[in-house]
Amino acid sequence: MSSSDKKTLFQKIWDAHVVTSIPDGPDVLYIDRHLVHEVTSPQAFAGLEKRGIGVFRTQNTVATADHNVPTINQHLPISEPLSRFQVDKLTENCRKFGVNLYGLGHPFQGIVHVIGPELGITLPGMTMVCGDSHTSTHGAFGTIAFGIGTSEVEQVLATQCLMQNKPKTMRINIEGELANGVLSKDIILYIISKLTMGGATGYFVEYAGSAIRSLSMEARMTICNMSIEMGARGGLIAPDDITFEYIQGRRFAPQGEKFEEAVAYWRTLFTDEGAAFDVEYTFDAADIAPMITYGTNPGMGIKIDETVPSLADIKEESNKASFDKSLAYMGLHPGEQLLGKEINYVFIGSCTNSRIEDLRLVAQFVKGKHKAPNINALIVPGSKQVEQQAREEGIDQIFREAGFELREPGCSACLGMNEDKVPKGEYCISTSNRNFEGRQGPGARTLLASPLTAAATAIAGKITDVRELI
Amino acid sequence: MEKFKKITSTAVPLPIEDIDTDQIIPARFLKATTREGFGDNLFRDWRYNNQNNPKPEFVLNNPQYSGQVLVAGKNFGCGSSREHAAWAINDYGFKVVISSFFADIFKGNALNNGLLPVQVSEEFLATVFAHIFADRNTELEVNLEEQTVRITGTDLVEKFDINQYKKTCLINGYDDIDYLLSLKDKIEAYEKTSKYLSLVDLKQEVEA
Repeated sequence: MSSSDKKTLFQKIWDAHVVTSIPDGPDVLYIDRHLVHEVTSPQAFAGLEKRGIGVFRTQNTVATADHNVPTINQHLPISEPLSRFQVDKLTENCRKFGVNLYGLGHPFQGIVHVIGPELGITLPGMTMVCGDSHTSTHGAFGTIAFGIGTSEVEQVLATQCLMQNKPKTMRINIEGELANGVLSKDIILYIISKLTMGGATGYFVEYAGSAIRSLSMEARMTICNMSIEMGARGGLIAPDDITFEYIQGRRFAPQGEKFEEAVAYWRTLFTDEGAAFDVEYTFDAADIAPMITYGTNPGMGIKIDETVPSLADIKEESNKASFDKSLAYMGLHPGEQLLGKEINYVFIGSCTNSRIEDLRLVAQFVKGKHKAPNINALIVPGSKQVEQQAREEGIDQIFREAGFELREPGCSACLGMNEDKVPKGEYCISTSNRNFEGRQGPGARTLLASPLTAAATAIAGKITDVRELI
Repeated sequence: MEKFKKITSTAVPLPIEDIDTDQIIPARFLKATTREGFGDNLFRDWRYNNQNNPKPEFVLNNPQYSGQVLVAGKNFGCGSSREHAAWAINDYGFKVVISSFFADIFKGNALNNGLLPVQVSEEFLATVFAHIFADRNTELEVNLEEQTVRITGTDLVEKFDINQYKKTCLINGYDDIDYLLSLKDKIEAYEKTSKYLSLVDLKQEVEA
């Protein structure tokens, strides 16, 4: 193989999906799977209607309701009229256009990025899109998956294709062994703190290295999920035996001989030795500690035992106005220690950390303990299937005894489109992906951290270094 | 989509970096099912207090500044992919956003809606801000055909990049869907030859 034949994993998948290229313009990319939810689709379906056309490939399209759904009494009609209208609109559109919908009440309903993998809809080597920036989650399977806007949702519904410029490629290697108490959430918060929130804009990122290869599929999803928080179009990880084991037997995955045939193909999906990336970084896993954010973007993260930096410590990426504005919003000041700070809200959920593995990890930690009296601890599973599994494993009982509130599945307090919001001025340790101003409700102050840090904080009633407890 | 060739307008300065789409249009306003009316809630939480009264310190509430051009700090439009952000900026009356860096998805969403994102150098952005703050009547001329942005009445001008395909679309008011629909035969031919599609039986999904 000559050096020019050597391809990155990203290039292999991209090249296999180019229908045609426009000279001096974008490629026309074929999309294998299109995930749809209620917030970013109504205007797209209305566009099809206006043009008098249908959904081009309904069998490539899967819809669910997640952003607006309440997390209690899901068997009742949604009480908030606008949310109810948007969810009803999705149901109506899916019926009219023949799209498969896992809506409220369906045993497969859940957060769009949780149900794709658990149902075997997400498979290696695919192209996947959704009108949601965290579509990057599916990259954990060695899939080109990225978020799109509503006009692009309409393009894909109409033609199963998307006009896209090929992004640049970046590889991030994490080498070595992770310390005890350090989760994949800490890895990605650490990477974003190093690269800053615009540091990967224009790139598609491949995560590699021994620390990444050692992770479970669900831990890999957490990393790919937050690729967008450093501006990346998406993140991906080469599929391996851990991937194939996860997929085998899932509802919509190929079965039997088809599965073996697929695995043989999936084994060709890796970056060739010597293939060139536009940028490459390598970090030492041993340098990663439990992380926490102090500011109003996911790049403003520190190791949990560090202090809030001062402007002088900040690299060129954040200007003085944004940094001061951020700390003023958070009610924090430079040099402040976050460890030991009393906070009142804990949210465990979102497409970043609401999978069964996250719930198991938290349950294992809180078993036999009880949350501190000042804490409101909300746990929201990512899907009906996760909820069901938690019940079967007795995890629901553990949470109840520990004083945690286990809700019904949905996006919940990650972005507060439903009733689950953090009050103005209150601090919340959140396992979600964004700490933007007002993200969890107007005036809410979000500190992003791993599920273990969230659990330890819930028990202690103050920000806690989980390494001291395990 | 509306055609875009050239505009000359005063500008609204917003010198903040990393403005995310949650600030441009908070999630609670995403429940509409049409594209209209989002301008009322553009920068809602920066623009209004809890009692829904305008905050006088925010630039959109400052009668001194107006115009069809929004000038913002680096990394504009990061975060959520919500196209509602581009709709809100458009609906409010802006035709151009100038910054030294844009998030990818926002840039694509803007271009798909006839809102022109103009990426300039850090130095030129600083010059533009300085001129606007020195004189609020400063006009900017944004010429898409020439790919230039000029501070009118001065020789301060900078060229900007834009994908040539997108440029043609904007100038003519075309959108991507019309073009893609014309490729139906090619798309169907691709489907027949795709090795990948032969591996996965797509039909099994609809039966669920």
